[in-house]
Amino acid sequence: MAANAENIKVLICQGTGGLASGAAAVAKAFEDEFARQGVEAKVGKRCEVVGTGCRGLCANDVLVDIVLPGQEAVTYDFVTPELVPQIVEEHVLANEPIAKKKAGPYYAKFLEKQQRIIFSRCGTVNAESLDDFLAHNGFTGIKKAVTMTQAEVIDEVKRSGLRGRGGGGFPTGVKWSFCAASPGKTKYLICNADEGDPGAFMDRSILEGDPYGLIEGMMIGAYAIGCTFGYVYVRAEYPLAIKRLQMAIDTCYEKGFLGKNCMGLGFDFDLRIKAGAGAFVCGEETALMASIEGHRGMSRPRPPFPAVRGLWGYPTNINNVETFANVSYIFYNGADWYSSIGTEGTKGTKIFALTGKVKHTGLVEVPAGTTMKEVIYDVCGGILNNRKFKAVQAGGPSGGCLPEAALNAEVDYDSLIKAGAMMGSGGLVVMDETTCMVDIARFFLNFTRVESCGKCIPCRIGLKIMLEILERITKGEGREGDLETLEDMAYDIKKSSLCGLGQTAPNPVLSTLRYFRHEYEAHIKEKRCPSNSCKDLLKFEVVEGACKKCGLCFKICPVDAVTWEKGGVAIIDKEKCTKCTSCYDACRFMAIE
Amino acid sequence: MSNAAENVQEQEIDLAGANQVIDKYLDMKGALMPVLQGIQEFYGYVPEPTVPLVAERLNVYPSQIYGVLTFYAQFHLKPRGKYIVRVCMGTACHVKGAGRIAGTLEERLGITHAETTEDLKFTAEYVACIGACGMAPVIMVNDATYGSMSVQKMDEVIAKYKAME
Ligand SMILES: Cc1cc2nc3c(=O)[nH]c(=O)nc-3n(C[C@H](O)[C@H](O)[C@H](O)COP(=O)(O)O)c2cc1C
Ligand code: SF4
Ligand code: SF4
Ligand code: FES
Ligand code: FES
Repeated sequence: MAANAENIKVLICQGTGGLASGAAAVAKAFEDEFARQGVEAKVGKRCEVVGTGCRGLCANDVLVDIVLPGQEAVTYDFVTPELVPQIVEEHVLANEPIAKKKAGPYYAKFLEKQQRIIFSRCGTVNAESLDDFLAHNGFTGIKKAVTMTQAEVIDEVKRSGLRGRGGGGFPTGVKWSFCAASPGKTKYLICNADEGDPGAFMDRSILEGDPYGLIEGMMIGAYAIGCTFGYVYVRAEYPLAIKRLQMAIDTCYEKGFLGKNCMGLGFDFDLRIKAGAGAFVCGEETALMASIEGHRGMSRPRPPFPAVRGLWGYPTNINNVETFANVSYIFYNGADWYSSIGTEGTKGTKIFALTGKVKHTGLVEVPAGTTMKEVIYDVCGGILNNRKFKAVQAGGPSGGCLPEAALNAEVDYDSLIKAGAMMGSGGLVVMDETTCMVDIARFFLNFTRVESCGKCIPCRIGLKIMLEILERITKGEGREGDLETLEDMAYDIKKSSLCGLGQTAPNPVLSTLRYFRHEYEAHIKEKRCPSNSCKDLLKFEVVEGACKKCGLCFKICPVDAVTWEKGGVAIIDKEKCTKCTSCYDACRFMAIE
Repeated sequence: MSNAAENVQEQEIDLAGANQVIDKYLDMKGALMPVLQGIQEFYGYVPEPTVPLVAERLNVYPSQIYGVLTFYAQFHLKPRGKYIVRVCMGTACHVKGAGRIAGTLEERLGITHAETTEDLKFTAEYVACIGACGMAPVIMVNDATYGSMSVQKMDEVIAKYKAME
């Protein structure tokens, strides 16, 4: 890096979020502008346009950092190609950052409580450049690992306290030791990059923003376990992640970092991508292996565990993307350093995907033990449109919804389970007073029902019956006794399903019943949706007293069903209204019901 | 389901493309999925006549192939439109109004999940998560992602692709 420290750098987010917001056009605009103005000659320095991975604050993309030699980086958000000439003119050439266009103070606040370790390369270096990776500790971890015996490497991971980030939180070192202890020469290492949990996208960002870091973590795992072949199972919906990872793998083969005698370190490791094909259950490890073998992704009973009988019948170790990414950093800095971060039961940092009704949606990396409240309010700026917080859904379809009273829960495997949710992969969906909890339970059940592989009856039929009850309730057709039936079935399905999907699918129903029972009761007894959200129970009327006459509903209605004049109360024409709910979501005063 | 798709099925399929894909993976363990993915990439869907071919050359039962084809959301047995509109129905998008985005698509194109317009231009697909949840609600048209969708923006995107060839 030293060689080009003198360069002017323009770091442009080229993650999926950045590209969706037009990052390619922004990058081109910078290159054109540098050429058109002859900027390099004027300033006597090379101007480098660098495509980085996700920076976390995807909602504010396109994010651009200008780094002038010897100065702190300055971040601009919502950058468009039109803004580029001004940035070049005033900032790059005249060294006067454009105060008005800089990312506001919320960006500093967004970063303040975070500790970006796993994300330290993601979003700051060129995701596609091996040189950048090497300049930022790249491959120093595996080099250190090979100076140790396999048992010592596993012991180091055990001492670090790292627990799997794929959901269950199983201690990684212990898992490795099982597979290492299995007899036989042929063993497989699999990275689970299926990320089926809707609302989570941290694994995708690591694949897109730091693919070499993942490869290094897998190399360390392969060395420790004594296996020579690895797969990364990536979901097909992630075309950019697959492309970047494939490029990184190809580069590693070219340079001799992968294959026979990796990097000359005396061990062999081959790595291949398997593209998934769109089935949530394939994230479950036995189903995932079936899928790699070319079968339907059906779970099978355990034991035998994969460490004993896995892919093609050989001992296999499966870890999540973020888990492998953590491994690299444990070997850069040592187990003692790693275990000094986090809580007693959960070491290191955890990446959360914050989405829903929160101001700054995005990816957040905080030390374990930070509270939910800090994550939602301090890092992510609190609730959108000054509405009231209602719940946060943690742990995806297998997790639960936590109410305000539980916001002091620390993000830690054990505290979250105590509160009635779980860490899961780390998706946090924030909900406000306009979100109906019965509808959310219905939503998750619909998801798990569709994704059930259908092998066992409680999961296949049971979820369907529960879903039908929930659908009735959201339509105002709930009956006395429904809630008791839901609860009974929930416990039965949890007990009798074969795999994790069925065993956890009822959780969203149970947690909403635990904390938001009154909402269910309002639907059943009063045929009313307290959040005014269930479409069938929504009247689409403006409440005169609540209407602040702002006209937002008028502006947003796509079919001109709202009449409003400056200073007047809005009126919805029920004939014209298509019940699209745009106005309902847009109104800041809860004046539409 | 549109009948346009049915008509095309009667056409002859040139199996050379499928054979090329199979050649590429023939020696690989677990070749079935990559082969089917390759065939779908080549034809845009998995044409029926390729199934016996794959069965014979990879030495697997056609029933296993159909098992795989129907299990995974990704595979399609009918021709699809030129523009595949994927509407995310994931949690983050649901909370931010994915329902009305899907509603708009259905209303403007007259198709719903897994359907294709008569002119073979658009196919609608509702998917579990696109992985851009920070910009919910999200849709994808082929490989392009569009975030922070509203009914108006959805109209604009549809109009843009309608105007394209
Ligand atoms: C239905 C179901 C879906 C799952 N989906 C994923 C997934 O998408 N990604 C993942 O890493 N783990 C997923 N898991 C957990 C994996 O089975 C496995 O426990 C994990 O990959 C192990 O990695 P870790 O020890 O590093 O956490 C899923 C489990 C179940 C039951
Ligand atoms: S619990 Fe559901 S997903 Fe899991 S094996 Fe049974 S039917 Fe399949
Ligand atoms: S629900 Fe939709 S169509 Fe009806 S008034 Fe509101 S914005 Fe207009
Ligand atoms: S993709 Fe740009 S910040 Fe996440
Ligand atoms: S929930 Fe829609 S992109 Fe993830």
